[in-house]
Amino acid sequence: MFWVIAVVSVPAALGMIFARKAVYCALLLAVVMLSLATAYAVLEAPFLAFVQVIVYTGAVLMLFLFVIMLVGVSSTDSLVETIRGQRLWAGIAGLGFIVLLILGLGQATLPAARGLAGANRDGNVQGLAALVFTKYVFAFEVTSALLITAALGAMVLAHRERTSPKPTQKELSRRRFESGRHPAPLPGPGTYARHNAVDMPALLPDGSVSELSVNPVIGGRPELNRSLHTDLEGETERDAVADDVAAVRAATVRGEAEPRPGTDARSGGPSGAKEDGRK
Amino acid sequence: MHATQAEGVQSLVWLLIALPLASAAVLLVGGRRTDKWGHLLGCATPLAGFGIGVAAFVQMLGYPAEERARTLHLYEWIAVGGFNVDVGLLLDPLSVSFVLLITGVGSLIHIYSIGYMSHDTDRRRFFAYLNLFIAAMLLLVLADNYLALYVGWEGVGLASYLLIGFWQFKPSAAVAAKKAFVVNRVGDFGLSVAIMVMFGAFGVVSFTGVFGAVEGASKGLVTAVGLLLLLGACGKSAQLPLQTWLLDAMEGPTPVSALIHAATMVTAGVYLIVRSGPIFDLSPDARLVVAIVGAATLLVGAIIGCAKDDIKKGLAGSTMSQIGYMILAAGLGPVGYAFAIMHLLTHGFFKAGLFLGAGSVMHAMNDEVDMRRYGGLYRVMPWTFVTFGFGYLAIIGIPPFSGFFSKDKIIETAFNKGGTSGWILGACALLGAGITAYYMTRMVLMTFFGERRWSDDAHPHESPPVMVGPMVLLALGSIFAGLLLTLGGRFQDFLAPVVGESPEHGVHAISPVVLTLITLLVVIGGGIAAYVQYGRRTVPVVAPAGSFATVAARKDLYGDAINESLIMRPGQWLTRLTVFFDSRGVDGLVNTVAATIGGTSGRVRRLQTGFVRSYALSMFFGAALVIGALLLVRL
Amino acid sequence: MNYVILSAILFTIGALGVLIRRNAIVVFMCVELMLNAANLAFVSFARMSGNLDGQVIAFFVMVVAAAEVVVGLAIIMTIFRSRRSSSVDDANLLKY
Repeated sequence: MFWVIAVVSVPAALGMIFARKAVYCALLLAVVMLSLATAYAVLEAPFLAFVQVIVYTGAVLMLFLFVIMLVGVSSTDSLVETIRGQRLWAGIAGLGFIVLLILGLGQATLPAARGLAGANRDGNVQGLAALVFTKYVFAFEVTSALLITAALGAMVLAHRERTSPKPTQKELSRRRFESGRHPAPLPGPGTYARHNAVDMPALLPDGSVSELSVNPVIGGRPELNRSLHTDLEGETERDAVADDVAAVRAATVRGEAEPRPGTDARSGGPSGAKEDGRK
Repeated sequence: MHATQAEGVQSLVWLLIALPLASAAVLLVGGRRTDKWGHLLGCATPLAGFGIGVAAFVQMLGYPAEERARTLHLYEWIAVGGFNVDVGLLLDPLSVSFVLLITGVGSLIHIYSIGYMSHDTDRRRFFAYLNLFIAAMLLLVLADNYLALYVGWEGVGLASYLLIGFWQFKPSAAVAAKKAFVVNRVGDFGLSVAIMVMFGAFGVVSFTGVFGAVEGASKGLVTAVGLLLLLGACGKSAQLPLQTWLLDAMEGPTPVSALIHAATMVTAGVYLIVRSGPIFDLSPDARLVVAIVGAATLLVGAIIGCAKDDIKKGLAGSTMSQIGYMILAAGLGPVGYAFAIMHLLTHGFFKAGLFLGAGSVMHAMNDEVDMRRYGGLYRVMPWTFVTFGFGYLAIIGIPPFSGFFSKDKIIETAFNKGGTSGWILGACALLGAGITAYYMTRMVLMTFFGERRWSDDAHPHESPPVMVGPMVLLALGSIFAGLLLTLGGRFQDFLAPVVGESPEHGVHAISPVVLTLITLLVVIGGGIAAYVQYGRRTVPVVAPAGSFATVAARKDLYGDAINESLIMRPGQWLTRLTVFFDSRGVDGLVNTVAATIGGTSGRVRRLQTGFVRSYALSMFFGAALVIGALLLVRL
Repeated sequence: MNYVILSAILFTIGALGVLIRRNAIVVFMCVELMLNAANLAFVSFARMSGNLDGQVIAFFVMVVAAAEVVVGLAIIMTIFRSRRSSSVDDANLLKY
């Protein structure tokens, strides 16, 4: 069992420090933690194994993932070292550290494992509880203070002090118009109009593509979703769009005599125009 | 020395100090507004002081001899822990003698100054300084502890500085004032250290306290205190080796020379030694040094006096010489104290008279001081000539003039000291008397006799009565003071409660009568020598080159040169060396250390990159090192 | 015994990660890895010595680690808000 755990956890840990993306790191850390939970279970610590899974893998890692999402999942680490000699010296230090540690452990005359059969006689949880609420009760109480402090600290740190009065709706709308940018809500993607994918842009009434309708994070990476739309009529997304544009043009030719405002009034927005085009 | 609280007129002696001080303040603060009457106020305060002094003196005579010392507690000055200084005045026969001398001669000189300084626009300031001096000098002699005495001591030094440099527009006067001040400072240093030693050793500075404590003190300590006091006395009284300032001090107005640099301030050293008699009594070594200093100075001063053509400098040399007599007498112990003070008093009269006479001559001769430019003045200035003549007879010690009594006693006491040192000191004193006769005769002959060698624009005339009057009074003092004081050992008895009985020596090295005759012979011999040299021949207007001895004497026996080469130049070298050592050595070291630390810090600072990971790396290295160390220790 | 060596290896890997990575979140995760490695050592030592004290300590370490993660991530968020960066090298104003 040890070798399974070791073979899983060490490569995972190594992969964690060499993975470029934070998300991968988090997931590899989850692997390491789960294997450690297994190790705890093997080492006659079932309570800790569960706590490890619930607290670490469950809560802490979720927190990490949340923060990664907040900070920006797109940001990948550049692995080019900027501090001169940092890697070299880190390697030397790490090597020296592990060598010394293993040397020390080799020198130590560790007793054969006694096993916890005696200590776990009444059950592991009961044994731990007996210790926590007797011998370590003071540390336990202090821990509660620590947790409260941490919770408060996190709130204080994450709290953003409002330095100006809260803008009213009137001010917000005025600001929106004064900025000179798109005042209305951005057009929705052409998901239901043409395809069930969020990276499909919507078409404007004149048949052109509305760049605003696609999330820039998704739309800005054509190399990723080039192969995602093979179910479309065209070979690529661009071909598909070209087809759509042609279809919309054909559909709107007969309605050309109709006044444009009327079209706008009826449709009430770009998505309405797209449905028009579909008909 | 038991002393009771003063009462009656004597309780007013504080006015002696307060009046001139107030007058000086009024004159200095009042400025030009007091020009009209300033000199009158300036004269009034010493006169009033003289009146109080006489009254106190008369009252004192009414007491039995043993109860004449009276104190007047003024106020508690310093009270710090164990250190208590009460400002009090001590009125005893010794201080009352000084009070009478200072206020009496001081008043005469003040009055004289009205005439002498009448042409000076700053006469008011002059009187303010004179009053300041009187106040400080009276504080000096009336103080009942060394600290207050020191205040007066410094006060007279300040007044002396201000008055020597009174004509500060003359560079020579300014330089002379500075020199006097600096040289005095050396002496003051000795006195201040002496006071500190007293306080350190005994915890008290009052006269009674110190004299009581000194009985049980170690011999070395007493000798050290005595020598330090002597250093102070040397500075103030222009004794070897601090004598050089007095000759230059003649740059001041002549009344200043008469009052401060002849009659009173320069005798403060004698006062100090006599006052500290109980200390010197316990240390024969210190006393011998005092006597040697006195004897050496009296010869040096006399020799310098022989060669000077400047009438005031000649008199200054004479002053040094006469104070040398006093110091010599003071160094002879209780036997000599009374004679020292007596000579001090008579000297105060005749030397002040001589100086005033010289001032009168200078006043008549357009401030010419070169005696080779005088001659034949006895016809033009009869009053001056007569008063000067009495002073002359007094100083060379012709009976029955005052100098005879006091100086003769000192010579006698020196011989009576016994042993080789007694003979040597006595011979020095005797020789000094002869030289005194020589240079004083020379001075009189060159000034008042012979042909007229005046410069063309000189129109000598007799001085106004306001100047002649004091000269006459001082001349009377020169004639009778000695006789009055000596008759029946009166003054000795008067001073006895303070300085101790002077036992009549059964042992006389030479019989007094014989010694007196020898002294007279020596004096007359000196006078005849001068007559042969200056009376029979014509005196050249330009000083002849002269022998080596003459040149040396003209240059104050190389006093300045010795000081310069022995003290000033090595001092300058030492200073330069110190500066070099400081700027290169100490500063260099400090700067190098600073630069090294600064440079190192500048480089080490770069370690603070701000990158957390660098810090973490060093922490990690540290952890590795700790593990390595643990392993090593366990191995 | 083997578990202790495994714990040492994992600890070293975590430390290297702290030294090498620049993304503050990843650095933080590496710190968590180090803490977990220490926990593993505790648990295996507990088994060696035959009592539960090591497990209790590991439990406390977990609690402290949880608190630390909360505060640390809040700090990272704050820094990110003001500097638009989560690189530990960008927060280097406190220097010579």
